[in-house]
Amino acid sequence: MHFLEGLAPELVVFVLAGLVCIVGALGVVLNANPVHAALSLVATLFGVAVLFLAQEANFLAAVQIIVYAGAIVVLFLFVLMLLGIDRAEDLSVDALGGGQRLAACILGVGILALPLLAFASTGGEATGARPPATAANAITKTTPDIAQLGESLFTTYLFAFEVTSVLLVIAVVGAVVLARKVKRADYVEDPLTSPPSEVPT
Amino acid sequence: MLDLVWLVPALPLAGFLILVVLGRRMGEPGAGWLATAMCGGAFVASAIVMAGLIGEQGENRRHLLTLFEWMKVGGFRVEVGFLADPLSITMALFITGIGTLIHLYSISYMHGDPKFSKFFIYMNLFVFSMLMLVLGSNMLVTFLGWEGVGACSYLLIAFWFSKDANASAGKKAFVTNRIGDWGFMCAMFLTFATVGSLDYSVVLEQAPLIAPATATAIALLLFLGACGKSAQLPLFVWLPDAMAGPTPVSALIHAATMVTAGVYLMTRVSPILTQSYDWAPSIIAWVGVITALFAATIALAQTDIKKVLAYSTVSQLGFMFLAIGSGAYVAAIFHMITHAFFKALLFLGAGSVIHGMHDEQDMRRMGNLKKYMPITAATFIVGWLAIAGVPPFAGFWSKDEILLSAYEKNPALWFVGLVTALLTAFYMSRQVFMVFFGEERWRDADHPDAPEPHESPWKMTLPLVVLAGLATMAGILNLPFGNRTHFLERWLEPVVGESEHTVTAAASAQIGLAALAVAGSLVGIAVAYRIYYQRKMEPVEPAIMAQGWKYDTSIAAFMGGPGREAFEATATFDGTVIDGAVNGVATLVRGSGVHLRKVQNGFVRTYALGVAVGVVALLAYFLSRVTF
Amino acid sequence: MIAIAQVTPVWYLVLASVVFAIGAVGLLVRRNPLVMFMCVELMLNAVTLTFVTFSRMLNDVNGQTVVVFVLVVAAAEVVVGLGIIVALLRKQPSATADDLTVLKG
Repeated sequence: MHFLEGLAPELVVFVLAGLVCIVGALGVVLNANPVHAALSLVATLFGVAVLFLAQEANFLAAVQIIVYAGAIVVLFLFVLMLLGIDRAEDLSVDALGGGQRLAACILGVGILALPLLAFASTGGEATGARPPATAANAITKTTPDIAQLGESLFTTYLFAFEVTSVLLVIAVVGAVVLARKVKRADYVEDPLTSPPSEVPT
Repeated sequence: MLDLVWLVPALPLAGFLILVVLGRRMGEPGAGWLATAMCGGAFVASAIVMAGLIGEQGENRRHLLTLFEWMKVGGFRVEVGFLADPLSITMALFITGIGTLIHLYSISYMHGDPKFSKFFIYMNLFVFSMLMLVLGSNMLVTFLGWEGVGACSYLLIAFWFSKDANASAGKKAFVTNRIGDWGFMCAMFLTFATVGSLDYSVVLEQAPLIAPATATAIALLLFLGACGKSAQLPLFVWLPDAMAGPTPVSALIHAATMVTAGVYLMTRVSPILTQSYDWAPSIIAWVGVITALFAATIALAQTDIKKVLAYSTVSQLGFMFLAIGSGAYVAAIFHMITHAFFKALLFLGAGSVIHGMHDEQDMRRMGNLKKYMPITAATFIVGWLAIAGVPPFAGFWSKDEILLSAYEKNPALWFVGLVTALLTAFYMSRQVFMVFFGEERWRDADHPDAPEPHESPWKMTLPLVVLAGLATMAGILNLPFGNRTHFLERWLEPVVGESEHTVTAAASAQIGLAALAVAGSLVGIAVAYRIYYQRKMEPVEPAIMAQGWKYDTSIAAFMGGPGREAFEATATFDGTVIDGAVNGVATLVRGSGVHLRKVQNGFVRTYALGVAVGVVALLAYFLSRVTF
Repeated sequence: MIAIAQVTPVWYLVLASVVFAIGAVGLLVRRNPLVMFMCVELMLNAVTLTFVTFSRMLNDVNGQTVVVFVLVVAAAEVVVGLGIIVALLRKQPSATADDLTVLKG
């Protein structure tokens, strides 16, 4: 491994994690089987978590693993298994015609190219004038990032933080309402399943 | 004490609102009593404010109470506020006073009417609007009241709208009034353009700085508004038809209060009138006196008991404008007050007669009613003497002052006025003799068993008695015996003092003119006595006079002929060009919608594509804006 | 050896842009609602990465605070979105995003 000597450790980490991210992302888009796509997503999430670590956002890296990889992707897989819809999708055709796919690719290039153009034209700075970090929110090397994050959340953003709890409760209630089995009595005609002729005009 | 001025319109408004909600449930007579109480409360409030004003002296004798800002658009700023000064409070006092009496009277008069509570809703709304009109601190609030009384007038004229004639009488009043309102509005625009404010305090203070031409235009446009509201030539046609409404309405709105709004307005803006060219007041005076004469000649030949009084009202309003044109604002207000008393009295008396005669309005079928309706007869006679100008009744004093000022302005005005006064005495005597004296004529071949007339209940006669007392005594307000007895003139001095024409005639000349006026009245009464009481002379009632000189019918003919064609041409223009433009826009929108709806194909991913296009476009835009 | 420069923050930003673009294209081309959802997650992750990067660039902890909120919102969004998908796919297991055309004008 001596050929790695002289390389900055961060460079190694960045290249490896970045590759994992991109491969995972491409996997999500290109895998015909949704289960494989979900597993590719996990790869990307891990890659991002590593990049967080590389940037000294230790707490966020942990949360990224626990919440995203641990909870959200599991939820995805759970739904896939529950409904038994893990069959592969035919990626060779598009119901909306070739125009959709072509347009998507052009726009994807646009979305990618424009920020790159911006980075290039600002000489890698990407941001404009940098305000000096004030004492309150400046990152200090001596304090653990979790402490700083906690202080920020429970002082400056306390109200927003409390509101997110309400948001989560609403989301849970909404999910329960959406997912429970509808009883015959309060069955509401669903335009998706009923033939169009039955739709009242 | 002066801050209570807001209570004056607030009480009738409260009455109106309560009746709107609970009127039906309160029914008869509860709704009527509530309305009467609210109006009476407003009277008391006015009296309190007046007492407060009396406590002040000279220039301080005015009070501005601003309630809230109504609108603010650029430099245009209007507040809802009340101006309590001698003029407005005098108006408020007699509006609420007479209003209370007429409300009381109406409780009996409207007895048994299925729309009993609705009647009082309208009445309270009317009193509220009228008070806004006179108390408003700027022209727009006055205009609000002005339109409010117009709307109430329309609603009350057409109160029994199931009869076609009543409904169209209401419409006629409304449409005719709109012509005048147009003048009022233009006057407001012009005032704002010139002075930059509609507040009376500002406008009147700056009036001397307005160019005479502008002042003349404002004054004449306001006079056009006044012509509509106060039934002057050429816009008087609606008032006689307005008699289709219930009689208390005729008494309150079409005799005592609303129709005098024009006189009030001209008095309020007297400094502008002073600032205008000399011929502007002359026009007003001549329009007034010609209207007075014209209406008096028509009244000579009417057979409907209320129509006589209606034309008489037009004629008396003409006198008031004669006074305005002669610069005798105090006399105009004085006559307005006395006229309000005696004309309300006469109308209510006529209502009592109609009530007692079981809805008969034709004077040819009355006679000798003094035997059956003694109180009505006695009070009506008081009203007659007052309007005929027999001293010491109220009408004599006020009419005498107007004629005196007219004489100093132009003897020709005075002469026409004198002739009108004589005619007034004549036609009113004719009415009194036909209704209350002579033989009983209600039973004839067509009506063999018409019921006997009867006296009205106390709620109707009490207002009559009170008004009779006022019609007798109101002359005291402004006796012409030296400066000390000119109470009204000294009271109104802070408002009209600078514009008021000062009488210069010697005392002997004044007495001579007064004697001539009295003689004229007596001649009128005597001739009527010969014709209609003793029946020694043939009545002269030319058909053309009975038809109002065909004025009304010729307007109708014009409007039905060439006028109609013009309107139809306008309607065609509206239908093709204007509607075409409007419909064209709609068709365009519809057509583009039909094509654009295809964009909404329902595929979520297409929408996502749209969002992505937007994102790229925005990115490109921001990037192009960045200066590297 | 390989003369290589220091890793600058822009590298992270470029990487985030790439992931974001891949996610966006995936959202536009895939029909399976679940996979579309995953693509949304990809885009969200790309954005959180930029936030953390900027946080370090500007030495400001608030960049990381925002990421916490993004995480919370993403969790809520996934819960509701999956609820909708469950309700939808239970009725018609083969449904794709293109079958939902009720919004058609």
